[in-house]
Amino acid sequence: MKHLISITDLDREDISYILKKAEEFEDVAMGKRKLRILEGKILGNLFFEPSTRTRMSFEVAMKRLGGDVINMTAQEASSVAKGETLADTIRVVSGYCDAIVIRHPLEGAARFAAENSSVPVINAGDGAGQHPTQTLLDLYTIKKECGRLDGITIALMGDLKYSRTIHSLIKALALFEMKIYLISPEALALPEDIIEDVGGEIKKARLEDVISEIDVLYVTRIQKERFPDEEEYRKVSGSYRITAETLKKAKDGMIVMHPLPRVDEIHPSVDATKHARYFQQSFYGVPVRMAILSEVML
Amino acid sequence: MKELVVSKIREGTVIDHINAGKALLVLRILKIQPGTDLTVSMAMNVPSKKMGKKDIVKVEGMFIQDEELNKIALISPNATINLIRDYEIERKFKVQPPEVVEEVLKCPNHACISNAEREPIKPRFYIKTEEMKVTARCHYCGRKIENLDDYIS
Ligand SMILES: Nc1ncnc2c1ncn2[C@@H]1O[C@H](COP(=O)(O)OP(=O)(O)O)[C@@H](O)[C@H]1O
Ligand SMILES: [Zn+2]
Repeated sequence: MKHLISITDLDREDISYILKKAEEFEDVAMGKRKLRILEGKILGNLFFEPSTRTRMSFEVAMKRLGGDVINMTAQEASSVAKGETLADTIRVVSGYCDAIVIRHPLEGAARFAAENSSVPVINAGDGAGQHPTQTLLDLYTIKKECGRLDGITIALMGDLKYSRTIHSLIKALALFEMKIYLISPEALALPEDIIEDVGGEIKKARLEDVISEIDVLYVTRIQKERFPDEEEYRKVSGSYRITAETLKKAKDGMIVMHPLPRVDEIHPSVDATKHARYFQQSFYGVPVRMAILSEVML
Repeated sequence: MKELVVSKIREGTVIDHINAGKALLVLRILKIQPGTDLTVSMAMNVPSKKMGKKDIVKVEGMFIQDEELNKIALISPNATINLIRDYEIERKFKVQPPEVVEEVLKCPNHACISNAEREPIKPRFYIKTEEMKVTARCHYCGRKIENLDDYIS
């Protein structure tokens, strides 16, 4: 049985295969072509933590392919969690559907779910751990918008310490020999053990020093809760905010990405520039998840 | 004949060359707990030519499985095992770290599913040895443990 738990379970070939499949689904994702290959199949969405985008885009992906979806919301999940173990919930729900998508606050929860499930499990985020479908749609965005994955120069900016999106993504970037710049306040730097694990070409940098060199600027949110006080948060987050002005020296083809939702780390003035790709990126979540769903269920 | 710090046993398992101070952890790994019926003797900080100081554990009347004994390598990769029959050493070997261990280590990550109280889950770790340094990686959350001594369950 095929599960999708961690991006590290995939190699270059697996990733390229999924991205290629996603491309074939793009017009279906836009509603331009009808496809019913998952007709009669049911997806179980188990969200033990709130999520709008990820949950909705899985739901859309499933429905565009003719399938059905059952949902357990974070609210229902919290009442379940009091009485029932995750293992039992999974055993029960895997009897109701053909694949499970799970988001859970504990790291490793998706792997444990897979061990207790009679149907394929897809990890939609486990605490500070992995979020492989986000990583695949990020890679898809780079490939589509930059024309290739190999040899790209990318800067990761913002909270590199706690962001699971970043931790997942950086492992995949290394597979494609990308040159990586890390731009973050010292307190939110990428953990050393991850840098060691990833290997390859990684350097800390300041945005103004690398802006004219990079192909991709990947921005993440700096969360208020990570700081001891409001004052400190404002000081730090202010210097990791980009505007149309910040991008003046960028290459023509440089793209700005963000996993969304953004708060104020990307000023609305960026939206109208030729660099903005975050809404496109979020749309790409649909064809990529279609590729994953059809891959695990067919 | 050299002097034995702990008396001779007729039959059983002698674990020698344990890093000084780790004898109690060895018992913990072997799940030999207070209340055991076994006759167990222990010597700590015994002078040793090779190691300066070492600990020794002897378990009488029982041949512990190799698989169990090899777990000792997690905290003491130099330990040697002597299986004794009729007062003589019948077999001797050096412990080899296992590739995977279950229910021996506890994950340091509080947010790891393997620490969730009511789940039917066995903590599981992948073991790596580089130049006599043993490290472990959690099967569930991927967290790496460098100081294994602190996380014996
Ligand atoms: N019959 C026995 N009863 C208890 N301990 C024994 C017995 N025979 C050997 N040992 C212990 O087993 C260990 C290994 O013995 P030996 O091979 O003679 O020494 P070394 O490994 O240091 O060369 C030593 O700690 C020794 O005290
Ligand atoms: Zn763990």
